[in-house]
Amino acid sequence: MRLVSHYNPRDPAAAANAEVMREIVADLRAKTERIALGGNEISRNRHTARGKLLPRDRIANLLDPGTPFLEFSAFAAYGMYGEDIPAAGVITGIGRVAGRECVIVCNDATVKGGTYFPLTVKKHVRAQEIAQQNNLPCIYLVDSGGANLPNQDEVFPDRDHFGRIFYNQANMSAAGIAQIAVVMGSCTAGGAYVPAMSDESIIVRNQGTIFLGGPPLVKAATGEVVTAEALGGGDLHARTSGVVDHLAENDGHALGIARRIVRTLNRTKRPEVEIIAARPPAYDPAEIYGIIPSDRRKPFDVREVIARIVDASEFDEFKANYGTTLVTGFAHIEGMPVGIVANNGILFSESALKGAHFVELCGQRKIPLVFLQNITGFMVGSKYEAGGIAKDGAKFVTAVSTVAVPKFTVVIGGSFGAGNYGMCGRAFSPRFLWMWPNARISVMGGEQAASVLATLRRDAIEAKGGAWSAEDEEAFKNPIRAQYETQGHPYYASARLWDDGIIDPADTRRVLALGLSAALNAPIPETTFGVFRM
Amino acid sequence: MFSKILIANRGEIACRVIRTARQLGIATVAVYSDADAHSMHVAMADEAYHIGAAPARESYLRADAILDVCKRAGAQAVHPGYGFLSENAAFADACAEAGVVFIGPPASSIRAMGGKSEAKALMQQAGVPLVPGYHGEDQSPELLEYEAGRIGYPVLIKASAGGGGKGMRVVREAADFAAELAGAKREALSSFGDERVLIERYLTHPRHVEIQVFADSHGACLYLAERDCSVQRRHQKVIEEAPAPGLSAEMRRAMGEAAVAAARAVGYVGAGTVEFIVEGDSFAFMEMNTRLQVEHPVTEAITGLDLVEWQLRVASGEALPITQDQVQLNGHAFEARLYAEDPLRNFLPSVGRLVHLVLPEDRARIDAGVRSGDEITAFYDPMIAKIITHGPDRAVALHRLERALAACEVVGVQTNLGLLRGIAAEPAFAAGDVETGFIGARPHLLEAAAAPDPVAVAAAALAILVPGAAQADPWAAQDGWQLNLPSQRRVSLTCGDVSFDIMATPGIHGWALTWEGQTVRAESVEGGVRIDGVRHRLTVLRDGLSVVVIRDGVNLVFVLPDLLSPPKAAHAGSGRVLAPIPGRVVSVLVNAGDSVTQGQTLVVLEAMKMELALTAPQDGVVRMINVAAGDMVSDGAELVELAS
Repeated sequence: MRLVSHYNPRDPAAAANAEVMREIVADLRAKTERIALGGNEISRNRHTARGKLLPRDRIANLLDPGTPFLEFSAFAAYGMYGEDIPAAGVITGIGRVAGRECVIVCNDATVKGGTYFPLTVKKHVRAQEIAQQNNLPCIYLVDSGGANLPNQDEVFPDRDHFGRIFYNQANMSAAGIAQIAVVMGSCTAGGAYVPAMSDESIIVRNQGTIFLGGPPLVKAATGEVVTAEALGGGDLHARTSGVVDHLAENDGHALGIARRIVRTLNRTKRPEVEIIAARPPAYDPAEIYGIIPSDRRKPFDVREVIARIVDASEFDEFKANYGTTLVTGFAHIEGMPVGIVANNGILFSESALKGAHFVELCGQRKIPLVFLQNITGFMVGSKYEAGGIAKDGAKFVTAVSTVAVPKFTVVIGGSFGAGNYGMCGRAFSPRFLWMWPNARISVMGGEQAASVLATLRRDAIEAKGGAWSAEDEEAFKNPIRAQYETQGHPYYASARLWDDGIIDPADTRRVLALGLSAALNAPIPETTFGVFRM
Repeated sequence: MFSKILIANRGEIACRVIRTARQLGIATVAVYSDADAHSMHVAMADEAYHIGAAPARESYLRADAILDVCKRAGAQAVHPGYGFLSENAAFADACAEAGVVFIGPPASSIRAMGGKSEAKALMQQAGVPLVPGYHGEDQSPELLEYEAGRIGYPVLIKASAGGGGKGMRVVREAADFAAELAGAKREALSSFGDERVLIERYLTHPRHVEIQVFADSHGACLYLAERDCSVQRRHQKVIEEAPAPGLSAEMRRAMGEAAVAAARAVGYVGAGTVEFIVEGDSFAFMEMNTRLQVEHPVTEAITGLDLVEWQLRVASGEALPITQDQVQLNGHAFEARLYAEDPLRNFLPSVGRLVHLVLPEDRARIDAGVRSGDEITAFYDPMIAKIITHGPDRAVALHRLERALAACEVVGVQTNLGLLRGIAAEPAFAAGDVETGFIGARPHLLEAAAAPDPVAVAAAALAILVPGAAQADPWAAQDGWQLNLPSQRRVSLTCGDVSFDIMATPGIHGWALTWEGQTVRAESVEGGVRIDGVRHRLTVLRDGLSVVVIRDGVNLVFVLPDLLSPPKAAHAGSGRVLAPIPGRVVSVLVNAGDSVTQGQTLVVLEAMKMELALTAPQDGVVRMINVAAGDMVSDGAELVELAS
C-alpha cells in the first residue's frame, strides 16, 4: 500500500530541520574527502613518483568502470592515535569486479607506510567477516609494512588481532570464497602470508616484495647482504619460489590480471528471494533532511522516512493498530523484498511482541530484515515491570538474535540502552550497520545519565547531611553531558568500528540496496529460533 | 531476350548486373569463390555456384568452371562484368564453342584492341589520332629502352594486355628504365598472364577523357557522350564525371566520331569505351576498353539510359533503340570510388571486416557489393562502393556529392573517404580544373585528419559513460557513485598520438566532462550528442576497447587503455622489416649476411595485384630472412631482420 506523506516542505520547521541536516552532512562529506586523500602530500607524491597508483586509483582501475564502491568505515581511527591515520591506513569496501561483487582490502602506503594500527587490524578483519557472511571473493591490494611496532600489544596477540587475518583467509578458502592477493608494494613478515595464503596471487615486477624478514633483519640475523628485489621481488617469486602466480609489469597490469582471475571463479549469484522490477520512491529521499527534527527529543513519524526509502513508497504494514510504537511491514528496495522494523516511540510489551512476531514471519519467509533504529529504550515503571516487559523484550531480542535472514541496521536517531539490542545493534550481527550523521549511540541519553548520576550524588550528599546547590549540580552534570555527547557521536562510534560507516540520509536507499544485493550472494539458511519466554 | 544469364564476376558489378536483369525478368546465376560464399552478389542472385578457391586464377578466372556452371544452371549468356574474364578473347571463344552468348564484343574485337600495339596500328589506319609511342612486337629490353629514348622521357610503360593501372609505370629518366621495366613485366604477367608492354610519351598535364560507345549487331554504332576521369592516383581513377568540364560541343562531336570510327574499325558490338588523352584542344587515342566500365553510371545518369539493359538487348540480337540524334544529355553527374585503402600508407589496401557501413542511399545512387559485416579480403579489388550523384548542373551535382560523402560511415577498414571529400571540396576541382596530376600536385589531400575537437572527445567519452541496457542490480549502476564522496568517473582515451584524461561527473541530464581545463555538459541524444545545449549529429560505435566517432564523413578512432597490455620496453633497434599488408612474397633480393644501405629494396611483396618494394629502414647487415619467394605472409609478419 502506498504511504501518504504529510510532510510539508514549506513548513518553516521543516526548512530549519533541513538546514541543520545539510550542515551535518556537509561536515561529513568534507571530512570524508579529507580522509579520501590518504597520507600527506609528500607521501602521496613519493608514492606516485615510483610509478605506483594511489590506493583509490587502484580500486577504480580494479572495479568495473563506473560501478559503485560501497566503502566501509572511512572514519576508522578518526582522532584516535593523536595523529591523522586516515581510514586507519586501509581502504575496505565492496565493489564489482568482472560482474561479481567482491570485498576489497587495499592498504594505503601513504599512511604510515600502510602499517597496521589496532584499528587497521579490526577494519581488515571486519571486511573479511563481511566477505565471509555474504560469500564475497576477497581481493587484497597489498602495500604494507606490516604491524605498527609501537602498537604491537594491541595488534599482535589477541584472538581478533593480526593472526586472525590468515585464519580467515584459510577458512574462507575452505568455504569456497576466493582469496586473491595483488602485491603492489611491501609485504613483510606476517604480511607475507597474505599472498602466500591466497588462492591466487599477483606481484608487480620491481615494485612488490614479499619476505618474512627484510634486508635489515637478514643482515642482523645472518650477515647476508641482499637487496629487497633479490630477496623477495617479483621475478624471484614468480620464477623461483612460486609464492606468486602472476608477474605484472605495473599496477594497471596487475589489476587487469586480478580482473581476469575473477572472471575464472565460475560463481553465479542466485538470489533466493523474489526480485521484481525496481521503482523509485514516490517521494524525494532528499526530503528526509526536513523530516528529521533538529531537536532529537522531538518525535517524528518513521513512515515518512520509510516512504522515502522503499520502492514506489509502497509499504504493506503488519499489525498497524497494535503496539504502535514499533512499525513493521513489508516493502521492496530496488526490487528486493525486505521486512522493515522501525521505531516510532518507546518500546512497550505490545511493541516487543509485535516485533518478535514480525521477525518470525521474515524468518519463515526468508525475507531480509531492515531495522530503522531510533530508540530511547523500553518503558519503565512498576506497571510495566509487573506486566513482564522484561520477558516480552527478551522475546524480541531472541527473535532478532536467532533469525537467519540477512539483517541490516540503520541508526537514524538515538540508539540507547536495551532498545539497541532489540533493534539489532552491533552485538546482534547485522550484515551491515550504518549510522546517520545526526544519530547518537550510548547506554542511555546524556541528559538521562547526568540526571541518574546527579540523583545518586545528591542522595549520597544528603545522606551525610550535606546540601547540594543547583549550580553545583549543573557543574556536576555538564561534563557528563559533554562526555556522552562526544562518545555518542557517530564520528566517535565509527572511529572505533561500532558501525560500518556513517551515511548521508539521502543515500539510505542506495546503500541498503547495495548491501541487500551483496548479501544475496550467500544462501539464506533455515531459521531455528531460541526458546521464547512465555 | 534471355531468360537466364550467368554473371562471371563478383562485388558491386555483379550486383549491378543482377539488378537490371531482375527488372527485365531475367533469372540470374552467380558464381563464387571460397572467400565469397556469403557475399552480397551470392545473396542477391537467384542461384549461386561455387567455382573454386579464393585466388582469382582458381575461381573467377577459370573459364572452364564458369562454362560448366552455365551448362548445369542452363544459363544462356554470360555477363563478364569488368576485370577478370571481361576482356579475355579466349573466354569469348570458349563461350561461343559452348553455345553460350558472351555479353560483350566479338572475340575478334577484343583481340584487335587487346594488344595495345596492334590496336594503335589499326587506329592509325582508321584515322584516329595517337600519342607518340612504341607498340611493337619486339620486346627485348634493349630495344624498349632505345624506343623510350626515341620517344623522349618521361615515358609510360604499360602492359599491352592491361588496364586499370596494373602493370603501368612512369619512367622519368633513362637510368630507371630497366628496373621499372622488370617490375611492369612482372605485374603484367601476374595480372594478365601476358608480360608484353608498350611505351608511350608521358604527358605532364593531360586529362583523361573517354567516350562511351555502343554498337549493335545490325551495324548501328553511336557514342553516349564522354566521361572525364582525370582525377587519378597511381593511375587508378578516383572521381569521374560526365560530361567533361569545359569540353566544347565540337570537341565532343569530334571525339565521339573518332571513337565510333575506332569501334567500327574493329567490328565492335556492345558497350565499349574509347579512352583519349586530352591536352588543350587536342586529343589522342590511348586504348579501347572492350567492356562495361566501372564508371558507366555517370553516363547513365546524364543520358537516362541503362547500359546493362542495352548490353543484354544487343547481346540477344536486338537493335539499338535510338539513333545518335536522339541521344540527350541531361545535367551533370559525378562518381566517387570509395576504397578500403590507406591514403596515408601509400594507398595500401586495407583488409578487414566492415564492422559498420552506412552509405547514403537517400542522397546518391550507391553501387555497392558489400554490406555491413562483410569482409574486405586481400584477394580482390578493395572497392567498397561507388557513390553517384546527379544534378541539373555541375555545381549542384558536386554539392550533392559532397553531402553524400559526408554521410558515409565506414568502420573496420581504412578508407579513402577523406581524400574523396578533400578533392570534392578543392576549389580547383569545383572550377573544373582537372588533370591526371591533380592529386599528386596537392599533397595536403593526403594529410591525416585534424585532431579531435571537444565535441568528438565528449561524444567518445559518452560512449564509455552511458551504460547499455539497464540492469536490474544496483551494483550494475555506472554513475561512479562512492559513499560520501562526489560521484565521478575518469575516462582515459587516446586518439592517434593525443591522450585525453577526462573527469566525468553525473548530472540530472548527462554528464559534466572536464579535461584540459575545460568543462562541457554532454548528453547522448537520438542520432547524436548534445554538448552545452547544442545538438550535434554524429554516429558513435563502441567495439571492445575502441570507440569510433563518425562525424561529417570523418572517422575518429579513440582507444581505451588495455590493462592487460602494459607498455613493453621499447624493442631494441628498428631493424625489423614487417609486412605492411597480407600478401605474397614475389622475391627476396638479399641474403643473410649481406650489407645493405638505407632505402635498399630487400623484399618485393605482391598484394592485391600491386607490387610493393620493402626497403631497409637503416644501414645494416641482414641478420635473418624469414621468408622465401612464393610465401604468403600475414599483416605484420617479420620478413627480414637487420643488425645495425
